[in-house]
Amino acid sequence: MRTGQSKYCFRYVVGRITVYSLLFLFAVCFLVPVYVLLATGLKSFKDVNIERMWVLPDEITMAAFGKAFSKLSPNFINSIILTIPATVASCIAGSLNGYIFSKWRFKGADIIFVFILFGMFIPYQSILIPLVQFLNRIGLYGSLSGLIVTHIVYGLPITTLIFRNYYMEVPDELLESAQIDGLGMFNIYFKIVAQISAPAFVVAIIWQFTNIWNEFLFAVIITQKPSIQPITVALQNLAGSQIVEWNVQMAGALLAAMPTLLVYILLGRFFIRGLMAGSVKG
Amino acid sequence: MKKITIIAVVLLLFFSPSFLFSEGAKEKKVENKLEIFSWWTAGGEAEGLEAMFDIYKSKYPDVEIINATVAGGAGANAKAVLATRMQGGNPPDSFQVHAGHELIDTWVVAGKMEPITFIFKDNGWMDVYPKGVIDIISYKGEIYSVPVNIHRSNVLWYNKRIFQESGLTPPKTLDEFFQVAEKLANMGITPLALGDKNTWTSTHLLESVLLATLGPEGYKGLWDGSTPWDGSAVRKALDNFVRMLKYVNTDHAALTWDAATQYVIDGKSAMNIMGDWAEGYFKAKGLTPGKEFGWLPSPGTQGSFMMLSDSFGLPKGAPHRENAIRWLTVCGSREGQDAFNPIKGSIPSRIDGDKSLYDEYLQSAMKDFSKNAIVPSVAHGAAASEGWLTKINDIMTVFVSERNIDKAVEQFSKAARESLGK
Amino acid sequence: MIKSRGDLLRAFFVVLPSIAAVGIFIYGFIGWSLRASFSAWDGIIPDFTFVGFKNYLEVFSNVRFQKDLWNTLYFTFFFLLLSICWGLLLAWLLDRKVKGEALLRNIFLFPMSISFVVTGVVWRWIFNPTVGVNALLKLLGFSGANWGWYTDPTSVLKFHLALIPVILAASWQLTGYTMAMFLAGLRGIPEDLIDHARIDGASELYIFRRIILPLLKPITLSAMIVLGHFSLKIFDLIYTMTGKGPAFATDVPAIFMFETTFRGNHYAEGAVISIVMLLLVAVVIVPYLYSTFRKEIKR
Repeated sequence: MRTGQSKYCFRYVVGRITVYSLLFLFAVCFLVPVYVLLATGLKSFKDVNIERMWVLPDEITMAAFGKAFSKLSPNFINSIILTIPATVASCIAGSLNGYIFSKWRFKGADIIFVFILFGMFIPYQSILIPLVQFLNRIGLYGSLSGLIVTHIVYGLPITTLIFRNYYMEVPDELLESAQIDGLGMFNIYFKIVAQISAPAFVVAIIWQFTNIWNEFLFAVIITQKPSIQPITVALQNLAGSQIVEWNVQMAGALLAAMPTLLVYILLGRFFIRGLMAGSVKG
Repeated sequence: MKKITIIAVVLLLFFSPSFLFSEGAKEKKVENKLEIFSWWTAGGEAEGLEAMFDIYKSKYPDVEIINATVAGGAGANAKAVLATRMQGGNPPDSFQVHAGHELIDTWVVAGKMEPITFIFKDNGWMDVYPKGVIDIISYKGEIYSVPVNIHRSNVLWYNKRIFQESGLTPPKTLDEFFQVAEKLANMGITPLALGDKNTWTSTHLLESVLLATLGPEGYKGLWDGSTPWDGSAVRKALDNFVRMLKYVNTDHAALTWDAATQYVIDGKSAMNIMGDWAEGYFKAKGLTPGKEFGWLPSPGTQGSFMMLSDSFGLPKGAPHRENAIRWLTVCGSREGQDAFNPIKGSIPSRIDGDKSLYDEYLQSAMKDFSKNAIVPSVAHGAAASEGWLTKINDIMTVFVSERNIDKAVEQFSKAARESLGK
Repeated sequence: MIKSRGDLLRAFFVVLPSIAAVGIFIYGFIGWSLRASFSAWDGIIPDFTFVGFKNYLEVFSNVRFQKDLWNTLYFTFFFLLLSICWGLLLAWLLDRKVKGEALLRNIFLFPMSISFVVTGVVWRWIFNPTVGVNALLKLLGFSGANWGWYTDPTSVLKFHLALIPVILAASWQLTGYTMAMFLAGLRGIPEDLIDHARIDGASELYIFRRIILPLLKPITLSAMIVLGHFSLKIFDLIYTMTGKGPAFATDVPAIFMFETTFRGNHYAEGAVISIVMLLLVAVVIVPYLYSTFRKEIKR
């Protein structure tokens, strides 16, 4: 019995060591890009040369950040101007849609919902050519407003899905008692459903915020003027036009990643919920 | 939680109206304006453009100039914006376009441009522009754009120190090139620097080799169908090209053209075949023309001047047509060109530029330009339509790594047949 | 719940704007692209003359597009393989009641929140042949580290080695996603099921293969579909990290479509590529949506 126990103990210890060392190894590998970002972003300009990308900076300077910031700050603001209204509008629309598609399913509502959902998966290339023609015709091509409209429309499927899944869990009895109190469809939404929607709003807002902030394809096609480009496009241009100033590129990359990273760090669990919703089954 | 959400939503709603003001919608047509569209956003090009604007303003002080520029992608972004504006019936008054087939096949054939032969005749320019240039900007007997500058594509740049120390002479012909390259390689110096991360640079090298192997007439014939792409001459040229690739740096696919030029500056490579904007790069790095670096026509192209040019045209429906015509007149004038080109680092498209304004290299280019056979560059939109060029670039991307001449000949011939409509 | 006809009618009008928007911006536009793909529109001026399958033949006979399809195939395969294996392994490890689980989970998940453009910029430098991993290895004493990474045009069985760095970068970003999915799945497995097996003397490996894996099958499938459809349309990451690469070693249909349409002005051919991409994605997604919502659809 005793030998069995010690054998078990031994295996247990070996197992633990394996588990922790594997996890440690993976964690280190996953953090390599972060290390590179920080180590190079904090280097001074004279510290930037071929042999020195991997070593720690001689002295920590914010010079690269200063330069990246001066180049990218207008685009950073563009991204904010773009992301906030697009997120808000698509979430409000998604909430109303989700309410109807979960609680007031008129004939054919389910199949329409699936058709809306399909829009989440299409490669956007397949609508790009007409989109550009269309925006051009209504005078929104090449403007941030055009990009905002685009993000609102193509954000509808995912927000509708998030809210529908959430409202599906709301018991019908709650709505029934409201009906008995004499509330109509809209009053039930505003007085009852909207009041308990906060968690779904947080998930949807975080999801949309992250996606729109990070988006590149629509942005590079629709906004061609540097003065209105969001930060992802500006970062790509910055990276494309320079040869050796990779400390500035890295600082710029960190700048572009900062808002979504912050959201993730502060509200990570909601982010993960949105992630799960993205795979359709809530 | 609930409170936080409400505050967040209120804040979001508070910020959201800002987007309404974010966009100054399209400029309304107001009386006396001139909108010039280009991708000259930085450096000498932008300053040169400003210098031409200054001339315009001194002559027509009432006109408000709108400098509509789109940066990025060596003009690719600008071209995309322009295409959409033209499709939407919202052309600028005048726009930058590479002279030659990029202008003609994209815009003239589509019926979007006004002929401007009259500007040339009224100003007596027919004699001061070389015939080779007039040919390149003409379609069916009419002229469609004013070239403001000329760049030369077929230039060999070399590191003088390497050639002095090794006692070698910079090569004038392809045979000499291969001899010199072999010797340099044996000394452990990369003979030729290439940076074809962006494909156009390998097309750029190819056009010089095609010109060297086929001669100016044979080369020009490639673009109108009189020189066959599946003939022995093209085969020979591709063979020369493949031989040349044996002497280039191994990391060429990771570099851009300027990084390749840096290899010549650093002495890692002895030579580089690049357009004469490379001179601007040498000078920006503090080198003096003729001292640290020298130049020759690329091997085997003595007596030919492979040109590319930025030009301005007159779109149909330009909102301020009269102002645009005055702008084109400034662009084509000696005064305008001598203001623009010394800053941009290119030579005038006229043969009567004031040589004293230009540096040593540019003076030599001006001399060659007035005497040499002028041929259009394909890598830079002068010789073939953008559609054809896209195909050539695609073929080159594969050819550089596979080096399969038969396959390349077949694909080049197919592209030529399709593009020439045969 | 009482749902009067009037209510349902009003409900319909509430979602009508969204239906209209999706109808136009998704289905209408797809139809428009489809029409363009059969048209003679080549150049600045739209030309909707019907030319049949000419553009399709043109695109499919293009060497670049053929390479794109192979690249997509290999990319999808290895990317799925890596993301799922690593994700499963990490989830399984994290489920061993380890200390600092929250921190580790966050380390594996945070890349998900970052833009592909940022990832592309960073990884491009990491795999840059002169300053990247090669330099690190040389620093550590491996003088033979001279790989070309994404600048290497060699291919084995049509698999371009230059794709390897891109696959690694993409897996880095999305392994966290599969990990989170698997972790949720593992946590959903009743503990006594596993305890019973342990009491019966089953080895950990046996438990993993015979009990855990089968239960994770549905999750694996949906992860594969989400990642798969995603890799079929990947654009930003490759565009910023390597572009089309030497000899199109890292080119994918999305980049080809972008350059053909918005740089080369070959609208009809661009439309063809976009329609092919749509069909590839639809082959994966439509059965998935159908099986998920079968009951609703049949109702």
